Amino acid sequence: MKDAATHYCQGCGHSVIHRLTAEVIEELGIADRAVGVPPAGCAVLAYFYFDVDMIEAPHGRACAVATGIKRANPESIVFSYQGDGDLAAIGTAEAVHSANRSENITVIFVNNAVYGMTGGQMAPTTLLGQRTTTSPAAAGREAHREGYPIKVSELLASLEGSTYIERCAVNSVRAIRRTKKAIREAFLTQMNGEGFSMVEILSPCPTNWKMSPVKSWKWIDEVMTPYFPLGVIKDSRKGSKKDAG
Amino acid sequence: MPCIVINKETCKGCYLCIEVCPKKSIAIGKELNSKGYHPAMPVENGECSGCESCMIVCPELSIEVYDEE
Repeated sequence: MKDAATHYCQGCGHSVIHRLTAEVIEELGIADRAVGVPPAGCAVLAYFYFDVDMIEAPHGRACAVATGIKRANPESIVFSYQGDGDLAAIGTAEAVHSANRSENITVIFVNNAVYGMTGGQMAPTTLLGQRTTTSPAAAGREAHREGYPIKVSELLASLEGSTYIERCAVNSVRAIRRTKKAIREAFLTQMNGEGFSMVEILSPCPTNWKMSPVKSWKWIDEVMTPYFPLGVIKDSRKGSKKDAG
Repeated sequence: MPCIVINKETCKGCYLCIEVCPKKSIAIGKELNSKGYHPAMPVENGECSGCESCMIVCPELSIEVYDEE
């Protein structure tokens, strides 16, 4: 991490996830060959904070750009850092096909159930009943009108090509430690050349959820995790016991 | 006893550290920082076990934990 004050709102999960990713990169000793691909969204300025090479991708295309970097320079360790509006909405095709081709990249997928930067609009991962600026009715998001929240991890785990997929959260000390371990496993998957790895992280967005940071932590536990269960969704690496795919 | 140092200029006042401190040794500060937040501050004569929970949850990397020196 560079010594810079982040632009994120108070209590935002992005800064924590940045730090965990940076710590893992440093501990694995891959800082000189790591290449990050930040998304469009709140984390668009991630290149101000990571002290590794970063290449900005157009909205949703981070997986495609990461694929290109990895194929052109197989020695590099490539990670894309994407939000739910980026990966699950406009970038669905890129993410699905990258996973299906088992591209040897790591995806850090930050799921905060809204479009954060643009003002809290409904995202594909917005939960049923959740009120956002584009689902303002008292009933919030309704399945008959807006469909169901996409479980991206399960979706990509159903593809043959994906190798390691885990869902974590950053709403307690324990969960943050678990998340760091997951990010480490995802990078190791790539370093061993075993294919597509993704860590989905349930992250608080207190500003757009209109809650205090402490309450947004509880909201993840009470509302998000019942729909987005935590844990290793798929692990088909050699020697792993938990092949749920 | 270990102690913590909070950078009050980078603190944005989310107070997650206050929530996780097992010894309840962090409180909301009275003064404002240059961004207009009330930064979290260690309480006077508060206990610290050096568990680093506050450091782990701090989104702004504002907290440093030092061992007894």
